[in-house]
Amino acid sequence: MTAPILIVDDEPAIRRLVRGALERAGERADEAATAAEALIAARRGGCELVLLDLGLPDRDGLELIPLLKVLDRTVIVLTARDRTDEMVAALDLGADDYVTKPFDTAELLARVRVARRHRAGNMQAQPREFGAVSFDPETRRISRAGETVHLTPKEYALFSELARYAGRVLTHHHLLTAVWGEAHINDVEYLRVTMRGLRAKLESNPGHPALLLNEPGIGYRLTSD
Amino acid sequence: MNERARPSSDLLLKAAKREARGRLKIFLGAAPGVGKTYEMLLQGAASLRAGRDVVIGVVETHGRAETQALVEPFEVVPKHILKVGAHNQAELDLDTLLARRPQIALIDELAHTNVSGSRHPKRWQDVEELRDAGIDVLATLNIQHVESLNDVIAGFTRVRVRETVPDSILDDAEIEVIDLPPDELIARLQEGKVYVPEEATRALGHFFSKANLSALRELSLRRAAQTVDRQMLDHVAVSGEPGNWAAGERILVAVNGEPASELLVRSAKRLADALHASWTVVTIETPRSNLASAKQRARLSVALTLARGLGATLATVPAASVPDGLTSYARETRATTIVLGQARHTWWQRTLRGSLANQLSQSLGGVALHVLSTDEPISTDRARAAPLSWMGVAMGLLLVALTTLVNLVVAPKIGTDALDLFYLVPVIATATRFGLRPALVSSLAAAVAYNFFFLEPVYTLTIENPQNFVTFVALAGVGVVASQFAGRLRREATVGARTATENAAIAAFGQRLASVATEQDTAEVTSEEVAALLGVSALIMATHDGAPRIVCSIPPDAQLNPVDLAAADFALARGETTGRDSTTLNAADWQFHPLKTSLGVLAVLGISNPSGQSPVPPEKHLLFTTLLGQAALAHERLRLEGEARQVAVLQQRDDLRTTLISSLGHDLKTPLTAVVAAAEALAADHAASPTSKVLLTEAHRLHRLFNDLVEMTRVESGALAVQREPVDLTEAAAAAVHDLRSVLAGNRIELAVPPNLPMVQADPRMLHHILVNLLDNSAKYAPPGSLIRIAGARSNSGLTLSVIDLGPGIPVGKEHDMFGRFQRVEGDDRKGGTGLGLAIVKGFADAMGLSVSAENRSDGPGARFTIFWPEPLVRRTRSMDDAP
Repeated sequence: MTAPILIVDDEPAIRRLVRGALERAGERADEAATAAEALIAARRGGCELVLLDLGLPDRDGLELIPLLKVLDRTVIVLTARDRTDEMVAALDLGADDYVTKPFDTAELLARVRVARRHRAGNMQAQPREFGAVSFDPETRRISRAGETVHLTPKEYALFSELARYAGRVLTHHHLLTAVWGEAHINDVEYLRVTMRGLRAKLESNPGHPALLLNEPGIGYRLTSD
Repeated sequence: MNERARPSSDLLLKAAKREARGRLKIFLGAAPGVGKTYEMLLQGAASLRAGRDVVIGVVETHGRAETQALVEPFEVVPKHILKVGAHNQAELDLDTLLARRPQIALIDELAHTNVSGSRHPKRWQDVEELRDAGIDVLATLNIQHVESLNDVIAGFTRVRVRETVPDSILDDAEIEVIDLPPDELIARLQEGKVYVPEEATRALGHFFSKANLSALRELSLRRAAQTVDRQMLDHVAVSGEPGNWAAGERILVAVNGEPASELLVRSAKRLADALHASWTVVTIETPRSNLASAKQRARLSVALTLARGLGATLATVPAASVPDGLTSYARETRATTIVLGQARHTWWQRTLRGSLANQLSQSLGGVALHVLSTDEPISTDRARAAPLSWMGVAMGLLLVALTTLVNLVVAPKIGTDALDLFYLVPVIATATRFGLRPALVSSLAAAVAYNFFFLEPVYTLTIENPQNFVTFVALAGVGVVASQFAGRLRREATVGARTATENAAIAAFGQRLASVATEQDTAEVTSEEVAALLGVSALIMATHDGAPRIVCSIPPDAQLNPVDLAAADFALARGETTGRDSTTLNAADWQFHPLKTSLGVLAVLGISNPSGQSPVPPEKHLLFTTLLGQAALAHERLRLEGEARQVAVLQQRDDLRTTLISSLGHDLKTPLTAVVAAAEALAADHAASPTSKVLLTEAHRLHRLFNDLVEMTRVESGALAVQREPVDLTEAAAAAVHDLRSVLAGNRIELAVPPNLPMVQADPRMLHHILVNLLDNSAKYAPPGSLIRIAGARSNSGLTLSVIDLGPGIPVGKEHDMFGRFQRVEGDDRKGGTGLGLAIVKGFADAMGLSVSAENRSDGPGARFTIFWPEPLVRRTRSMDDAP
């Protein structure tokens, strides 16, 4: 039996719907209507995963994220599509992923699955498959359709970071810091150029990427399903 | 939304675009050492404390401890070292600063010239690039580096700097003048607190003189004020709000009806435009003005009419002489520049009077004189002196006869020696009363009478005796002097009296006009005053519902015949004087004068003389011209006030609508989310039910409509903050296709955006929105299963990205309307669009500086929507090696 998912939203209707969708997929759910309730529920333990709406009546949802991360909860943010800034802020504060409202139930469940997978296993050392690409972090070997692909050091660093969090969106800041360091946190162009190189080597059609996806204004995601 | 508010949203979008650029604040100082850098660091530190990300790009502390201490809290971007010959030169590291992307950068010495090999030759260009990237900049500048003032300052300091900053940079910036009284600055200099570069020490003593520093200080303050004026003007243009603002420069141009008058007016206008100055055309009315020929008067009135049309203020100044009048008027109005014509003088004119420019330059210090040399000799076509007065001659002779009789009576008693003195009486009397020529006649008569009756041999005319000749010359001389003197007095009295009444009339007219509140009132006041002052019938006509209509007339029942009406119409339409005595439709009884303003011709003034004579006699021309100018200004003022009020009302309505939608947006979003999620759940649970499918489709449609409305509101409120960054179009197109995959499921998609295209500058989220809307639009019209193609291509002048479909295409002639609001191909309601999608595309593209176009494919049915990046927004291609 998996741990219940905590739904934090001040709208009862949304909580009910999300709960319904989760339960149909075989998950269990708890509900919280305010930040205070959410913290009590999270501290009590039991839940591993929090679906967090940022517009809460008693406190800014963003402030809750670091607290939940300290408690080692996985946080998926629920936010409106036109609030990209808020999304990026949430991700940079440690949120693990986001779903835009009004959400696609299938998308919500996919995010939950990815989160579960990340919690379940130490994915970092295991060989992984991403479509035709396979990656073995142990030997640092990357191959496509069986053939070894040679990456530059930056390309490798970028790919391994994305693979480590496969299925999750990683913000520009996250990737730039991880690959180039703090000093280059605003050099989006580095990221774009290196991503082009990576796609040329790994995608079957670099002009229509299916593996390394771009989320405009937010970051990149390596598809894992 | 009301169509009339549209331009205002355009302007606001433009303002939003300006907002997106980084702001520039300039700390302007009169000289080195006033403390610009110190002040800049203080303000930077304040921003730092307020939690903003502030870094130092370049700050020269020149080893001053107090300044050095202020640098401590900042992150300093290391300078970029360039090898120039054997030396290493350190310059602002633009690339690092751009990559570091602080909110605010501090940059000293805006006028600095970079060493060759730098990206830009000048530091201010570096600053422009930083601002383009959205970084606010605080910078310092000394007044002598401002381009337009460079010459002026070099003139009095004898120090010329080659490093200049264009005025447009200052016009666009917030300016803070760092003011230090000259005495304190000199004291600081003596204490060694001012850093001066080695090579400049030689010129120091002179440069830092108190007089120079005072002048530099005044120039700094004035330049800052000018920038504020300029920005105020821009603001007025945006808000349509009329207001009073003082201009720094004030130009006077003196005209008198010389052939070059028109030329003078035009060049003064150019100068005024260049300096953003107000300008006044002044006519000096001297006693001699009366002698002006009809030709001269006509030229003067042409020049004055032209000046009024070009926006000048007109003034007539009575004075004893032209230099006196100009000097006093220039002082009074604090003019900064006087424009004069310099006619070719003959040598004696020069010797006798000295040129006007010379006289002015002696009497007016600190005022720039612009002398326009013209090849015209000074005109000699003065009106002839008044015709010989026969009455004067007769009176003169009579007086001489009377004097002779008296002399004959007294001669036996006092002797004949002193008798010639008595003849002065008739000569002076004639001279003062009748002028020169009757006086000459009477002095000749007096000399003859004296000779005949009193000089030996009496009763004969002899010229043997030299005394006789002396008597004649003396009498004639007295006559000349007395007649000139009296003549001048008489003329001055006339001019003075006339000018005084006219000025009083103009002042009264101005006062009445200032207090009126409607155009109807203005028309009434204008026609009343003109009718009273000129003794004519007067009326005001304005266009009303497309036809000229009499607004008001004096007398009230003025009749216009068809020719008059045609003349009025023509004057309104063309802005020319028409009707009687003009060159257009002069068969009319009335004469029509357009009231020209910066907004065009708002009305015409018609005048007609009931006696059938010319309505404006030449001597009243100047008065009339002035009245006309005042009336035009009053009309303009009222019109502007009316428009400003209207704009304010529309603005309020717009604000209200925006607030309403954004608050509605907040309240609607939550239930909408629930509805969509519930519809999805229902559709998943009851996949076979047609009702649940309809519910899901309509819920999605409602959601799209809602999102479009919210986005459109953002576009129109001008609240778009553009954050440009390098974007890879291949992945941008792929992301849009990915996001819209469910909508596009019924079509084949071809992505033809080559991964080796250069990157472009764009706001990634706005671009995403544009692409999603374009794809959504194509999906709506493309036949099921047909191909939708996204193609990117390099062109000569930039880069294009097109979305091409195989749908019915755009109706012919509608290509330009496609991006308006609520545009849909007719009869396509079932497609379920909101009609806002393409308007949002246009709004976002405009905000990012891109253009969009719609056209039909040339090689078959279907539409092509193209986004175009002009060259400056296309990134230089970087090779892979550049990315470390």
